[in-house]
Amino acid sequence: MSSRVVILGGGTGGTLAANRLHRALGDAIDVTVVDQDDRHVYQPGLLFVPFGLADPDHIVRSRSAQLASGIHMVLADVERVELEQRSVILAGGAALPYDVLVIATGARLQPEETEGMLGDAWNEHVFTFYDLEGATALRDALAAFEGGRLLVNVVDMPIKCPVAPLEFCFLADWFLRERGVRERTEITLATPLDGAFTKPLASQALGGLLTEKGIALEAEFATGRVEAGEGRIVSWDERELPFDLLVAIPAHGGAAYVERSAGLGDELGFVPCDPHTLQARAASNVFVLGDAANIPTSKAGSVSHFEGETIVENVRRMLAGEELRPSFDGHANCFIETGFGRALLIDFNYENEPLAGRFPEPHLGPLPLLRESRMNHMAKLMFEWAYWHVLLPGRELPGISNEMQTAGRHAPES
Amino acid sequence: MTQTTIAGHPVDVDPEGFLTDPGAWDRDIAAEIARDNGIPELTERHWQVVDFMRERYLRDGAAPSIRTLGKASGVPVKELYQLFPKGPAKLAAKIGGIPKPRGCI
Repeated sequence: MSSRVVILGGGTGGTLAANRLHRALGDAIDVTVVDQDDRHVYQPGLLFVPFGLADPDHIVRSRSAQLASGIHMVLADVERVELEQRSVILAGGAALPYDVLVIATGARLQPEETEGMLGDAWNEHVFTFYDLEGATALRDALAAFEGGRLLVNVVDMPIKCPVAPLEFCFLADWFLRERGVRERTEITLATPLDGAFTKPLASQALGGLLTEKGIALEAEFATGRVEAGEGRIVSWDERELPFDLLVAIPAHGGAAYVERSAGLGDELGFVPCDPHTLQARAASNVFVLGDAANIPTSKAGSVSHFEGETIVENVRRMLAGEELRPSFDGHANCFIETGFGRALLIDFNYENEPLAGRFPEPHLGPLPLLRESRMNHMAKLMFEWAYWHVLLPGRELPGISNEMQTAGRHAPES
Repeated sequence: MTQTTIAGHPVDVDPEGFLTDPGAWDRDIAAEIARDNGIPELTERHWQVVDFMRERYLRDGAAPSIRTLGKASGVPVKELYQLFPKGPAKLAAKIGGIPKPRGCI
């Protein structure tokens, strides 16, 4: 009899894990993917929607259409996971028993966690581009923006794609210049971090770019509340920042069912797991993939991709009763759009912060790391094709290894 | 990393004064770091936060964020800022002898 593998979440991680497991283990397993809807959003595309660079309709496809035939898809909300019973309870009460569970339900936006964020001003003067509805509303607001104070606010960490708020600032600078209203606009990035980014050298490089583009940085700003009527945000230590247009990156948490599942998640609804084997702390037959995991790496699609091989190998070993392989190294790889048709690329893992060098081939590249180039921008645009046709089917990207390479890497020349 | 003496103990600290080895910490060290950072006396409420921070760091390998502190330490965020002015997560980590929170990534 084949083993039952249930995958919660049909996004980047869940889809690539399902396809990889199905291909690697064939008839030995029976794979079921559960999601609440059949709309798979290409999330890197959300950044481009507000600037009219991506059509909202074009970045959404069917989730089930991304799954290889033979994989089952269940459209339902998850009520809770019962670890002892090895069973997922769906909304309505149906039970879905499993031998191995893979949690890939990502992160959820929680604007309601910040006092005053949701209200009359939401999608009027207060926006987020982190979902399709918000990104589309923001597109209309930016097209009509005639200048003033544009405030980009990261409410709290962790967030998905921690470079996206920076990219938004860079693209806004470009977009408003093109529209001829940049001189009448102040752009400010308010972040709880002590710099532009979490990693020291990249933080310096990105901070330098902000300065170059005339974008102000308000560091160590822990947002307490939004006073939309007065047009300001106020930090917990009572610092105030005014805005005419607020682009908020709301606090993130895990999927709601995680909180309803005894012993599974942490206070924010993320699921603690071993950072190298990806096995959940709560149960030996549960694995965690992508944004849903509480591990110290970025919440980014590239991370899910690099985790894919580890998940497949360890699900196989779990079913065979073998020791797990601690092979995931925290590898993340992110393009950072900097405007004017250029982009930066960073590559890092648990142990190594982003450095300069070349990617994917040391010394050869062709892509330069931690430096702006047109080729990085082209690669970012081409990545969309690779996402649907290579990443989600669970194939390897040619020349790009799951473990981070360190050859030829060095601190940037300043 | 430099060596310094806190409350009579030789300890290693980073450039911002965070202990590099959580194992070298004790409650006298905590009290002295607190005094040096504008908290004359650590009350029971302070300890509740500091102990929670340490416990989590030693369990998870990462210090909890302000939001986690507000949800799980038993001390609401508003009060955290009264107890540890400016940056509660950072200051409580420093007093608790664990590395500076990195805000994850």
